[in-house]
Order: sequence, then C-alpha cells, then structure tokens
Amino acid sequence: MEQADIIYLARMLRRRSGLLLGQPKTHAIESRLAPVMRRFGFKDVDALIRELRHGRDALARAVTEAMTTNESSFFRDRAAFERFRDAVLPALLMQRAATRRLRIWSAACAAGQEPYSIAMILHDRKLLAEGWTIDLIATDLNSEMIARAELGVYSHFEVQRGLPARSLAAHFNQAGGVWRINESLRRMVTFRQFNLLDSFGWLDDIDVVFCRNVLMYFDPKTKAHVLDKIGEVLAPDGYLLLGPVETSQGLSNDFAPTDATCGVHVKAGRALPRVAMG
Amino acid sequence: MKSCLVVDDSRVIRKVACRILLDLGFETSEAEDGGTALEACRRHMPDMILLDWCMPNMTGIEFLRALRRERDGERPIVVFCTTENDVAHITEALGAGANEYIMKPFDRAIIQAKLVEVGLA
Ligand SMILES: C[S@@+](CC[C@H](N)C(=O)[O-])C[C@H]1O[C@@H](n2cnc3c(N)ncnc32)[C@H](O)[C@@H]1O
Repeated sequence: MEQADIIYLARMLRRRSGLLLGQPKTHAIESRLAPVMRRFGFKDVDALIRELRHGRDALARAVTEAMTTNESSFFRDRAAFERFRDAVLPALLMQRAATRRLRIWSAACAAGQEPYSIAMILHDRKLLAEGWTIDLIATDLNSEMIARAELGVYSHFEVQRGLPARSLAAHFNQAGGVWRINESLRRMVTFRQFNLLDSFGWLDDIDVVFCRNVLMYFDPKTKAHVLDKIGEVLAPDGYLLLGPVETSQGLSNDFAPTDATCGVHVKAGRALPRVAMG
Repeated sequence: MKSCLVVDDSRVIRKVACRILLDLGFETSEAEDGGTALEACRRHMPDMILLDWCMPNMTGIEFLRALRRERDGERPIVVFCTTENDVAHITEALGAGANEYIMKPFDRAIIQAKLVEVGLA
C-alpha cells in the first residue's frame, strides 16, 4: 500500500465511523480488508482503494465495518455490571415506579454480549413478570455483528469468559457444541444497525445508555460530539455508562462521573440518588 | 500461596492444567482418581479443586459429595473441568455443590476467567 492510500483510508474511516486509525502496519490493514477484497472481487488492496476513491458507497460501508474492532464479552468489566445491577437499577426502579417503564440502549453492542448481559440482569430481577415494560435497544455500526447478535449463538470459548456457569445454565441452551441464548431473553432485545455518527433523531428519553469501549477509538472532537448527542436523548435523571478507560471529563459539560472506576455518569448538576452511589 | 488439587484421569490434562495454574500463582498437586484425591484432601485440604467428571471408580460428582462430607470439606472451591457440556450436567454439578464449571477444551483465558468468578484470581 502506498502512504497516500493509507492516509486516504484513515481520513475516510474517521469521517465515516470516527475510528482513529493511528499508525497501523500495512499488513494489518490488508488482512482486515482481505474478506472485503474477495467479496467485491478485487485482486489487491490498491485496486480496492482506487475504487473507493470513486465513491462506491456499498464498498466504503464494507471497508468501514471491516475495520471495526468487535472484541467483547458477557459482563465485560464485571464491576461495571455489578454497579448497574446493585446501584443504578435499584435507583432507577424507584425513579420509574410510577410508569414502570425502562428504556435502555446498548450503543455499540458488538455481537450482543452487552445487551444480553443486561437482559440477564433484568430477567433475574423478574421485572417483566412484575409488569414492567422494558425497551432494550441494541445497536452497532457493524451489520455482521448485528446479524450475529440477533441469532444469539456463541462459541464454547465466548460463553466461558465472564459468564458464570449458573447464568449459562439458566439462560442458554447447547446444541451442536454452540450455545444459544434462550428465546425469552432474545426477544427482550431489539437490534438495529446504527452509526453513532448519524442522527439520534429516532432515539429519545432513554433511561440508561451503555456506551462502552467504543468512544476510546474516536478522536476527542468525535467523542465530544457523540457525548453531546447522548446528552440530548438521555432522560434528565438517566445514567450513562462508559468503559473503564473512557470519561466524559474534558469532553462534555453535560455529564458528571459518579465514581472513578465503574464508568457510571449522570447529568451534570443532578444530585445522585443515594441508592445509586453504591 | 493458594493451593489447587487437579483431579483428572488424563496425565496430559493434569499437566496442562497444572502448568496454567502454576503460572497463575497456584501451588498445585495431582490425583488421577477420586479415591486418591480424597486421601490427598484428608492430608491437606486445598483451597481449590479442579475436577474431571468421568473417571474410573468414582465420578467427579461422587467425589464432590464425599468431599463435602469430610471435615473441612466445605472449604475448597470446586471447579468442574470436563467434556460434559450441556445444561443438565452443569445444573447437576452446581446442585451438588460445585462452585464453577469449565468445559473442555479449556485455555488459560478460560481458567483465568473462572478464577475471577470464584474469587480466587
Ligand atoms: C470493542 S467493541 C465494544 C463492545 C461492547 N460495548 C463492550 O464493551 O464489550 C466496539 C464496537 O463498537 C462498534 N463501533 C465502532 N464505531 C462505531 C460507530 N461509529 N457507531 C456505532 N458502533 C461503532 C464496533 O463495530 C464494535 O462492535
């Protein structure tokens, strides 16, 4: 690959998905793009980039998706999910006692591990049985990930990292060596392909936004912009959960972190419900 | 240093598991069947037991039930490590008093994740 092509690709990715390419090795880029090359019938990356420069949208989309990192696991960064279960959720149930309605958004859901972890917590808390209405929306830029998440099928290795055996036995079924999430949980989640750089117009009044381990790939301006948009769709007394290496500080005045480690943020100026302080 | 007894009738599996556990800071010992493992536990109750299901003479479940009746036998964290990989087996193991459950094949990442689960990481 020529230097100019790498620069072009980096600029395109940044505009389309917010991804900061950094200083990647050519072969790292080429191996990510190999499946796209095959699918679109290019003989090498140079040919692919030439076509990209002619503005073929389906190709640009496929390249952008191929360059995402989709690493995830159930209950990733365990402490954050414990904080959600033991502090955020109890507070929220009190805050929403009148409407008995919860709206939760997993904003970069990868193959579904994050929203299904949330669904397990809500299910174990028996909220549906108690008559709560739950909207659990899960989105990701990568359409292959969304398709996988909708299937809800995970490998032997994926279900053994972060997922307690008790939860595995309670919420999954094994067939042919792979594990499928139970239908009742699968039906709790609505999946949709969505780019965080696009308009949030369709979202509103969300009680909890999980936006974890995705802002870290963006440049500061993009991070700030996405945080602003989250601020607009989050309920005034809602919660934003960021990843362990992510923060709103220095990027957005809309939010205030509630603790140093678990990534739980509330809207700035809001007194934190006592029960949510953990 | 935490101690772990690896109970498996396969020498290869015992070796692989011990190497990973040693690397994760455990002191390890081995037993090739349930009877030998019980004797070892009577001499010295380990902090953790990594336990195969299918073994000659005594199954993992039978060992576990016997262990829990021993003096101090409630103390060790017991993690199954077996090729049985369905909900029924996992449920049975947890019901019999196992703390966690690993399905073979396993790797270092899985063992490490399960140690976090049982609070021994
Ligand atoms: C490292 S994964 C994190 C998944 C999960 N939230 C977690 O914490 O484990 C990052 C995800 O963000 C998605 N992503 C990257 N850029 C995005 C964008 N602009 N809009 C939506 N999702 C994006 C990727 O496709 C990937 O699945």
